[in-house]
Amino acid sequence: MTVAGKRIKDERSFMQRWLPHPLLSVVLVLVWMLLLNSFTMGGLVMGMLLGIVIPIITSSFWPERPPIRAYGRAFAFMVLVARDVVVANIHVARLILFKPADQLRTRWVTVPLELTSPEAITVLAGTITMTPGTVSSDLSADGRSLLVHCLDAPDAEEAVLEMKTRYETRLKRIFP
Amino acid sequence: MNFLFEFVISSLIVLGGIFVLVGSIGLIKLPDLMTRLHAPTKATTLGLGGALGASMLYFLWGEGTLSIHEVLISVFLFLTAPVTAHFIAKAHLHLNRDTIRQELSPTGRDHGWSTFDTVPKEAAEAGKAIDQPRG
Amino acid sequence: MIEYALVFGFFAVSLALLLNLWRLVAGPTLMDRVLAVDTMVINVIALVILFGIQYTTTTYFEAALLLAMFGFISTVAYCRFVMRGDIIE
Repeated sequence: MTVAGKRIKDERSFMQRWLPHPLLSVVLVLVWMLLLNSFTMGGLVMGMLLGIVIPIITSSFWPERPPIRAYGRAFAFMVLVARDVVVANIHVARLILFKPADQLRTRWVTVPLELTSPEAITVLAGTITMTPGTVSSDLSADGRSLLVHCLDAPDAEEAVLEMKTRYETRLKRIFP
Repeated sequence: MNFLFEFVISSLIVLGGIFVLVGSIGLIKLPDLMTRLHAPTKATTLGLGGALGASMLYFLWGEGTLSIHEVLISVFLFLTAPVTAHFIAKAHLHLNRDTIRQELSPTGRDHGWSTFDTVPKEAAEAGKAIDQPRG
Repeated sequence: MIEYALVFGFFAVSLALLLNLWRLVAGPTLMDRVLAVDTMVINVIALVILFGIQYTTTTYFEAALLLAMFGFISTVAYCRFVMRGDIIE
């Protein structure tokens, strides 16, 4: 260990050393309890042990905490996406069943990104894939625009604008 | 109360079945891979969500125990469906890189799409290059 | 009522599996087949869940969970193999 490395190590607080990702720990305990499918004290202790050990072991892979600030907004975003997924499915089901395949106006559109953090872009790409008739397919080499395939988009500009206003502005508030 | 539970469970099963079927019909009916990709990622996943919801309600009603395994499966599926779709789309772009390149819309940036172009140095160094280029 | 719904569910999912099989055999491209297998795995999970409801047993959930994980990992591994010619670098 170099001197610089040692100094960084000393700067870490108790929380940072033993609970590098508090949210990940909570999620791990929760997933463990769901896997057991019944509540026992022993299971809870085992889950907490895993919830502490796994983040410490894996913390070198992602040293920084995910930059979420607004958890309330994140939850509201999840509810919005869940609603949109159902609406999207009914929409896509109608397209698949009742629209002749040669009348679909499929096209590629480019969504310029204002988001910069990898986590935020990942969430945006996943959201776009799960919602109405769009699948995110690629990212530009400099990571600043997203290639999206639309199943039925009469107007490319409108489709891009909807994705940007509906999801990206919300994500921009969640991920600073 | 019983009737209501049965009705909700039955309709969830039927709706789930319909959506799963629609996803597979789309897989057959749609003309090319990129359009086919839309059907299974959305419809089939939601159909499965319906079946899982039905199963959860059924065990809550029949045995009085809240079985939460289903939540885990559906969360897992809803997280992985976009990832598989993205991977299949990227592999498709890569396999047809000579023909499909002209069809894509331009990036609007100095660099092309990451499946075809290498990541510029400054973006790679800033750690913002999420998708590694193909070597 | 649930019995009839289950019969319909089994019918729909089985038909969906047959359609997927058609796509798997017909192709025409490699990625079509990968997509067909991926959809098949999801449909099999639906079948397992419906089976669990019919026999009122939760034993099959582990199977469903494992299928979900293996389906995801195999699709990702296949796509990665197509893109890079290698899975683990």
